[in-house]
Amino acid sequence: MLHFAFTRLISLSLSLIAASVVIFSVIEIIPGDPASFMLGINAQPDTIAALRDQLGLNGSIISRYFNWISGMLTGDFGISYTYRVPVSELIMARVWISLPLAIYALAISTLIAFPVGLIAAANRGRPVDLTIMGTTQLGVAIPNFWFAMILVLIFAINLRWFSAGGFPGWDQGFLLSIKSLTLPAIALALPQASILARIMRSSILDTLDQDYVRTARAKGLTRSQAIWRHALKNAMIPVLTIIGMQFSFLMAGAIIIENVFFLPGLGRLIFQGITQRDLIVVESVVMLLVFAVITVTFIVDITYAAVDPRLRRKQ
Amino acid sequence: MKLPRTLIFGGILFATFLFAALASFFWTPENVEVLKITSRFKLPSVINWFGTDHFGRDIFSMIMVGARTSIAVAVVAVGIGIIIGVPLGLWAASRHGHWLDDLIMRGNDLVFAFPSLIIAILITAVFGPSAFNAIIAIGIFNVPVFARISRGGALSIWNLDYILSARVAGKGTFRISAEHILPNIANLLIVQGTIQFSLGILAEAALSYVGLGVQPPTPSWGRMLADSQTMISFAPHLALFPGFAIILTVLGLNLMGDGLRDILDPRIRRAQK
Repeated sequence: MLHFAFTRLISLSLSLIAASVVIFSVIEIIPGDPASFMLGINAQPDTIAALRDQLGLNGSIISRYFNWISGMLTGDFGISYTYRVPVSELIMARVWISLPLAIYALAISTLIAFPVGLIAAANRGRPVDLTIMGTTQLGVAIPNFWFAMILVLIFAINLRWFSAGGFPGWDQGFLLSIKSLTLPAIALALPQASILARIMRSSILDTLDQDYVRTARAKGLTRSQAIWRHALKNAMIPVLTIIGMQFSFLMAGAIIIENVFFLPGLGRLIFQGITQRDLIVVESVVMLLVFAVITVTFIVDITYAAVDPRLRRKQ
Repeated sequence: MKLPRTLIFGGILFATFLFAALASFFWTPENVEVLKITSRFKLPSVINWFGTDHFGRDIFSMIMVGARTSIAVAVVAVGIGIIIGVPLGLWAASRHGHWLDDLIMRGNDLVFAFPSLIIAILITAVFGPSAFNAIIAIGIFNVPVFARISRGGALSIWNLDYILSARVAGKGTFRISAEHILPNIANLLIVQGTIQFSLGILAEAALSYVGLGVQPPTPSWGRMLADSQTMISFAPHLALFPGFAIILTVLGLNLMGDGLRDILDPRIRRAQK
């Protein structure tokens, strides 16, 4: 297990290095130089020269890359061109909205999907199963930002239970903040929960077709006992992959949902960075999100091996 | 053989939108490029079945034209994912434990690590927003999904005895992957394919919604939703109809996928006999 974790840790580092090279290159291939791209066509030559100097664009590509990386490793993400403050400050202020939102949504999604998928599998073909499958079909089909708009229409505009958007700040009280993240989290979570519940159900049903489950049934276990003792653990492998995948869906989804609800999170920061051509912000935030997703994938891989001993023996 | 009801129902739903998309090339009730400010915010009526928007354009006509965009973008994006992703996944599974497997899967993790919207944002930041860039962004993201699913499915089959027999019988890795592994993971791929197709439609809508996909004046469902957002309190029909169009298309595709799986999976077919 330790060896497995170690090799995964090495590939995690390699992935991060590769990701940083890709992001750095994408910003580098912008036609012309980043300074004139950021300042627009009407910029004065001396302004461009000053920005080039500030961005460290006068060095070679290699030295610029290493400056960027070593800066990030020490928490120095550079200075935002438009906000004139360190990018790390901008990120720190916003990550406390985006991260709780994604975790909140993942929690809602998993809490709904597990029991629902399990109930559907245990009642295969019965009315309960058909109802659940019908509902999840609909859930998978609903775009989360449309669902968010409908939630706002019902719960904010008509019922006035929640605010239509904005975030009070964690210093205004935990409950108030959680309340303002609730509609966004539900909007993010429901489509994901539907997908997860369906995967959960089909994964359990797949394992129920296996010989060892038939043997267990033949030995006198009921269907529920067979699911509980034998099928569930084996069915968890694809389910875990999907949960790992969902994290990146949620991070991406959060970018849009933050815009629906005017939440000042990383998603809005990226969009502001794009419209204001603040590449320093875009580059850093994208790298941070990629770092988060790669790390989650790593954790899923390790969990995989813990759940399925066959996978780590193969190494 | 009796067709599953899900396939019939889903097929009808999807065919309706496909027909609307094709028909829109020749005919729409009203021209979507003509603005009629005098008749804006009309509620659904006999003349304008789904009402009119803030520029007085017929929403029914716009949904017909929007169907084109959605379906075209999703088809190409899923195609990219399958054509590149499935062979990669199968190859990785046949080399399990080998450094090639690791290289492919880490490469996939890398693409995976960029959620499609972030790829789109990066691409847009560099090349500007367009439908073509949206297709690339969604397509790239489909590659690791199919690679992962086919590798995962293939890995469990590689451990089975009959693969060993095929090996003993002298079949090479490529033939085993094509003749034994692929048919056995086909149902996984179809289920994933329909999910990705619907996600493609949803992703296109999302990208257009934030202004990174299809550009105005070309109507797109996501764009229509974005326009309707500030008017939802007094003209909810502007948001409802494009939303329903997305949901019904995606629902139709998913039901079709389920029905196809019922037909294609030999285990299910045997059980029904």
